[in-house]
Amino acid sequence: MTEQTPQEEPMEKREPRDAAYWASYAETLKVTGVAEGATNINVEGRRAVGPLQGFGKLWQKTYRVGLKGAEATPAEVIKTWKENYQEFWPEGNRFYAPLAGIAPGEVALISGSMPGGVKLSTGVMVLYADDESFSLMTPEGHPFSGWITFSSFEEEGTTIAQAQVLMRANDPLYEMGLRMGGHKMENEMWRQTLENVATHFGVEEPVETNIVCVDPKLQWSQYRNIWHNAGIRSAIYMMTAPFRSRGKGSER
Amino acid sequence: MPEAQVKMHVRRAGDYASIIDVEGELTAFAEAVLMDAYNQASDGQARAIILNFEDLEYMNSSGIGLLVTLLIRINREKQRLLTYGLSEHYRSIFQITRLDDAIAIHDSEQEAVRAANSA
Repeated sequence: MTEQTPQEEPMEKREPRDAAYWASYAETLKVTGVAEGATNINVEGRRAVGPLQGFGKLWQKTYRVGLKGAEATPAEVIKTWKENYQEFWPEGNRFYAPLAGIAPGEVALISGSMPGGVKLSTGVMVLYADDESFSLMTPEGHPFSGWITFSSFEEEGTTIAQAQVLMRANDPLYEMGLRMGGHKMENEMWRQTLENVATHFGVEEPVETNIVCVDPKLQWSQYRNIWHNAGIRSAIYMMTAPFRSRGKGSER
Repeated sequence: MPEAQVKMHVRRAGDYASIIDVEGELTAFAEAVLMDAYNQASDGQARAIILNFEDLEYMNSSGIGLLVTLLIRINREKQRLLTYGLSEHYRSIFQITRLDDAIAIHDSEQEAVRAANSA
């Protein structure tokens, strides 16, 4: 009988600590359940896009507020933010939270206001979500290509609530829009959101804004993104609504 | 802000490339450490920067954001960014965030160094 060396058990592959926090890869976005009032014309079947796929200048915008005097921990702030995302948004915009809430891989629909009374139909995918932060990634056609990270952390004994956007305008039309007042509108929107978060915790503190142009170059190779422009598609959808309902009527 | 739970070590690989070994957590708090490592790595004539992720233990979306800003900086300096040592999990994250459109992913150090020094 020959002596056998006991075979070493293969090392069990440890799951990375962050595995549960990331969305799984999917070629295109899929919306599960469309809430009443939401329009899913610019999200289903689109690819999610990051800051490298957009057209315009690359910006990093950070909005933060110190929740001075509030007892809330970073985890409590993020839990509240996830649960009340829509309530913290300024009026005129609507966030239709996914049925499963803000969880990795879930897709939310958005209805935003555009000049001329057009309702912009778009959405976001939850790219990442843990106890102290979550990130939303935009689909093709969204005004910007990139992600927004909401986080909370302790700094010198104060809990900070922060939103950080890393984005490029998705196409030349949106880039023009951002330069003609769009940036101002967006900054005001996030400032207001942070103010609403602070108010929820009984805090009245100014929101600090820090804006950095990370890359001033336009990515001309991405100009074709205009094909998916959700603003144009939403406007066409609105204009053709009477014909669609007439068509439905004649089918009856 | 909490302290960065990451260490980075820089070494040369051939005439034109530098490797940054990333050990620990890549989060927003790693920004200063990563940018210091990049400054060291691009000293001299480095035309390519290689990130070694074999000992990456944790990465959140702010960590991915750091890689985007590093990439833009590297492109501005007309250098190239390559990686190796990414586990299946982190490869999938590069795919979701579409960083793999712009950052070359290699299976081994040897392969990454060869690619970095070949162009």
